[in-house]
Amino acid sequence: MHDPNWQPRIVAFFCNWCTYTAADLAGVSRIKYAPNIRVIRLMCSGRVDPQFILTALAQGADGVLIGGCHIGDCHYSEGNLKTLRRFELLRRMLRDMGIEEQRVRLEWISASEGDKVRSVVDDMVGQLRALGPLGMPRRFEEWDRELNVLEAEVNGAQAPAGAKPEAVHA
Amino acid sequence: MPKPKIGIYWCSSCGGCEEAVVDLADDLLGVVEAVDIVFWPVAMDFKKHDVAAMPDKSVMATLLNGAIRTSEQEEMARMLREKSRYLIAYGACACSGGIPALANQFPREQVMRYIYEETPTMANEGRVRPRAASQDNGHALTLPAFHNVVRSLDQVVEVDYYIPGCPPTPKITKAAIGALLEGKLPPKGSVLAPDIALCDQCARKASKPADLSFQEFRRPHLTALDPKKCFLAQGVVCMGPATRGGCEAACLHGNMPCTGCFGPTSRVRDQGAKMLSSLCANVEARDESTARGVLDGIPDPVGTFYRYGLAKSLLRRKVDLPAPEEAAAP
Repeated sequence: MHDPNWQPRIVAFFCNWCTYTAADLAGVSRIKYAPNIRVIRLMCSGRVDPQFILTALAQGADGVLIGGCHIGDCHYSEGNLKTLRRFELLRRMLRDMGIEEQRVRLEWISASEGDKVRSVVDDMVGQLRALGPLGMPRRFEEWDRELNVLEAEVNGAQAPAGAKPEAVHA
Repeated sequence: MPKPKIGIYWCSSCGGCEEAVVDLADDLLGVVEAVDIVFWPVAMDFKKHDVAAMPDKSVMATLLNGAIRTSEQEEMARMLREKSRYLIAYGACACSGGIPALANQFPREQVMRYIYEETPTMANEGRVRPRAASQDNGHALTLPAFHNVVRSLDQVVEVDYYIPGCPPTPKITKAAIGALLEGKLPPKGSVLAPDIALCDQCARKASKPADLSFQEFRRPHLTALDPKKCFLAQGVVCMGPATRGGCEAACLHGNMPCTGCFGPTSRVRDQGAKMLSSLCANVEARDESTARGVLDGIPDPVGTFYRYGLAKSLLRRKVDLPAPEEAAAP
């Protein structure tokens, strides 16, 4: 089980014209929502390079939230459509890579929907709490443990036969 | 003055990179004239103890091909690193994991079970598997450990230069050896191939539309391929836009789309994510379900976009696979 004091960390990419403004509205309206998101403001959700999402996950985020204008409302007319299409395949690719679907989420939140920021963030935090940490940096360390074994194995070969670990292949 | 010493070694690879060295053809004679090959197990009779006996940094350069999957490969990589002034990752597998790194989608147990029990051509009724340690007639026998993770060379030891490709072409190999011999080397860590996208070298470039718009994706083996027209314009996934040039579009001359073996340019960190981004953005669909339908034409995104680079991708490996057991650690 994970540490009971663990808090999910979400990197949120919000578009300047809709979702960031909605988060701002939530703030001035004194709407309370979970403090687990770190918002990065971009001009458009279409600016979210899938590399940003993977980088966030690889560097320790437990989830990534992308917020943009509703379809048809994009300030740049088609930016969010590009995001929609990318997200479709990225979601499938992430599933193939073993990342749970709830960890990367795309939401359309217009500038007037301050309360939707609250409900989406709270809901996502709840889902991530249930999933537990993604913990990629820790996983990378664990995976690389086998690289440190070599020297120990060489030393172990000189130890009495009974002290050797069982075959590691099967 | 003694000739500079060169080593060539292979790890988890198919042998194509060794072939690529032989493909230097007549130029190989020039190379042999200029250098002493002190280690090349495929072609010449040297043993591990010959390398172990060499003074550190006495080999000018070692071209190492293949990914690192076993403890033996790891050990040789570390030894050759010590012995060589320049350690060069030669070919896609050493540079970024290559085809062998696609196994990073599966647990070690599944790989072993498939290879030794389930492969259709395998006759192994006793379900015998290799063991790291076993006894035969009173002799203790050992085999290298099979790691859980496939790694690129630079995920194991420091690498000085990269020569990409599956395999690298004779031209870039020759240029790299020339640069080594003349000491005209770029900054450490450079990829010794042009830093431009493959599309720039492609004869079909003129037929690439400025505005691509995919209504469907067609798979090359199910499609009559126009030998002159940009593959993307034909709705066929071609990794050209996200792949480094240097091969001079060799596959495209053979009427096959690029599959990305030269890896990304220096401006891109994750080749697969970048290609996914570019392709999807140009899908024509304007709603979720239509987009999904079109993108179903890419049934295996990991195998398509990370065919040669899964080990070096941002996630490296299917993330929920087991880590090495604690028991294997000291």
